[in-house]
Amino acid sequence: MAIDLGAVEAQLNTAFPGAVVEREGDWLVLDRDRLPSIATYLRDEMGFDFLTHLSASDYADHLDVVYNVYSTRTELQGPGLSFKIRVPDRADAHVPTVTTIWKSANFQEREVWDLFGIHFDGHPDLRRILLWEGFEGHPLRKDWHEPYYEEENKPFGSRWPYAKSPQPKSAEQRVRWRANVQYPPDFDPEAWDLGADYPPLFAPKVEVNGIETEPVYLNVGPHHPSTHGVFRMVVGLQGETVTNLTPVVGHLHRNHEKIGERNLWNGNIPYTDRLDYICPMYNEFAYVVAVERMLGKEVAERAEYLRIIMGELARVVNHLLTIGFQFNELGAMMTPMIYAFTEREHVLDLFEEASGARMMHNYYRIGGVYGDVSDEWLARCRKVVSRLNRKIDEFETLLTDNEIFISRSRGVGALSWQEMVNYGVTGPVLRSAGLPYDIRKVEPYSIYDSFDFDVPTYETGDVYDRYRQRIAEARQSIKILKQALDRIPAKGAIMAGKNAWNLKVPAGELYSRVEHPKGELGFYLISHGGTNAYRYHVRSECLINLGALEAMSVGHLLADAIVILGSIDITLGEVDR
Amino acid sequence: MFGFGLIKGLSVTMRHFIESFVYDRKPWEWFTVDRYSEEWLERHQAVDGKGIFTIQYPEQKRKLPERFRFLPMLVYEENPEAPRCTACGICARVCPPQCIYIERATDDRGRPTAQPSGFWIDAVVCMSCGYCAEYCPFDAIKMNQEHETPTTDRDRDLFLDLDHLLVPVQYYAKLHPSDYEAEEAARQAKEEAKRKAAEKKKAGDGA
Repeated sequence: MAIDLGAVEAQLNTAFPGAVVEREGDWLVLDRDRLPSIATYLRDEMGFDFLTHLSASDYADHLDVVYNVYSTRTELQGPGLSFKIRVPDRADAHVPTVTTIWKSANFQEREVWDLFGIHFDGHPDLRRILLWEGFEGHPLRKDWHEPYYEEENKPFGSRWPYAKSPQPKSAEQRVRWRANVQYPPDFDPEAWDLGADYPPLFAPKVEVNGIETEPVYLNVGPHHPSTHGVFRMVVGLQGETVTNLTPVVGHLHRNHEKIGERNLWNGNIPYTDRLDYICPMYNEFAYVVAVERMLGKEVAERAEYLRIIMGELARVVNHLLTIGFQFNELGAMMTPMIYAFTEREHVLDLFEEASGARMMHNYYRIGGVYGDVSDEWLARCRKVVSRLNRKIDEFETLLTDNEIFISRSRGVGALSWQEMVNYGVTGPVLRSAGLPYDIRKVEPYSIYDSFDFDVPTYETGDVYDRYRQRIAEARQSIKILKQALDRIPAKGAIMAGKNAWNLKVPAGELYSRVEHPKGELGFYLISHGGTNAYRYHVRSECLINLGALEAMSVGHLLADAIVILGSIDITLGEVDR
Repeated sequence: MFGFGLIKGLSVTMRHFIESFVYDRKPWEWFTVDRYSEEWLERHQAVDGKGIFTIQYPEQKRKLPERFRFLPMLVYEENPEAPRCTACGICARVCPPQCIYIERATDDRGRPTAQPSGFWIDAVVCMSCGYCAEYCPFDAIKMNQEHETPTTDRDRDLFLDLDHLLVPVQYYAKLHPSDYEAEEAARQAKEEAKRKAAEKKKAGDGA
């Protein structure tokens, strides 16, 4: 069910005469100045309550801010509305914020400000998010070049056919430390003070239950055993209770998107492995689905099944690992996590045999997969699937009825699904609060619509329900895996068409999303018809789910905030990109 | 009953604890079974294996699957002076991090020949994706499985040149036997077809 763009356009134009400035393919260009009222109308009257993706793109003469809104109403679920706001002035770009309407815009607008330099008027906290204050320029603008810039697009001419005189030097030698940084003109790195993040430390004392206390600001991370990686939380505490919490991200930022705009189309596949390195298979899945949608390309049937098998194995592993990590944070040091890792090893052995690498698989190809698997592999995969099924039971015996776990997790971090939708939270966390929103069902991709599986939900969305949600979803994945392993066609083609190294993608623009184990992983791609993407954006579910962390944690104890962070399930490789 | 769930959970850890003795440390096997042997490894790494799963690296090593890849290598048939590589440059162009540098050889009169005179791979930058091997039309670049490459100087030792990269075809055939066989079969079929076409042409000329 595609959305009727003409009807939407007419409705918007009736409510706000001249609201739709232009229609550009599947995108509506809306009036910039009236954006807040149009957005409110879209959310309240037309049911588009779910802003999942917000980013921007740079053209030579203007900037575009793009929005993808979806609906959680049962009758409107499925493809959503894509619109953009045109910003003609590149030097002094301003767009009204939509943070007040969809809170999920908060981090994404900060990211657009950081990487494109577009001001969002009225944004409550418009600071850089991925980069630091001492960074010169806005790197995703097309006129920004890094200090060791070589060429606009790969392949670089200096590699072939005559890469001599002087002898080519390794990147390490070309870009020495300190030669690769540049500061804004009035910026002194020595004088830069981290303290900008902190409110004044000695705030007036408050009396709580007859005890005089003063608020404390505590830094959790970036190097902390329970922050999943280099992630920092600035936590305001009253006693042990969290009063406010600010996530600080970007320590692992590597400008993935700029690299992606330079790469050949298939050159991006190994880079997506590095996003969420817990389930690289699914990142590749998301990317190749997006490119295939642009190409309108069919996929070989056996390859579709292999994709589903790999993707769902990755999902089971991700959910088991998340549960393991979650218990690490609860203080059940190591045991559940190591049990989860044992299962992961079996799956990684399968992945390694099929793709050649344990973690950075590079297995999916545009139009198929890299290599076929043998019948022995499939037989072993069946064994692993039944083992995983047993092990999920074992996890349930081990953990579900554990009284300590229940008392630590019941009611902790609960948020209603309406609020979660407003924060843009997706994936198991959203479903655990009661909304059966699964992209495999509402907007099927690949061959998911031919499988029989349910979308389990729970009621409260607290940490305990998130745990049960993950167990239930892992069981559904097992169900899909069993069907896929039964129905997989006999050996045959695994690539549709030629596996060309210099693939060209017809000009176009799209946002494509899939149900990644952690939530909605989307790719926003623009092609100008060449061998490189003009714009390549990753809608990172981990980063956007983090936006709800403060709302989930306030009022709980500091020890619970750690558990809530674990239950959101983030991977810093994807948060920071 | 409060506490029952806890006991139920602990029974699982207890079972794992006992299994590690039953399957790994059987007293009658203490002196007879070599815990570093391949059989032991296979038994414990199997999908239905029980007990301790870990490997005592580096004394024990996992068996690598055939498709395992680490760094690229260049294949030559007999003479390392004449590798299969024709310096066509597809690998250098498809390489996602652009870590391959090729210098094309020239003959005495300065015309380019189908040979590399220099071939460098920056192993520090290489992301082991395997695209170079996948897209090479001459089966000249393949993925090595030698993955233990620690050095003290990455500028010197991880900037690989032809001396490091060239390997004989037998080495490749040993690492990737089924790929090698498939390629050889394809090549023979191609040559056969060529020969037949030539014969046909000859016969046609004769008639």
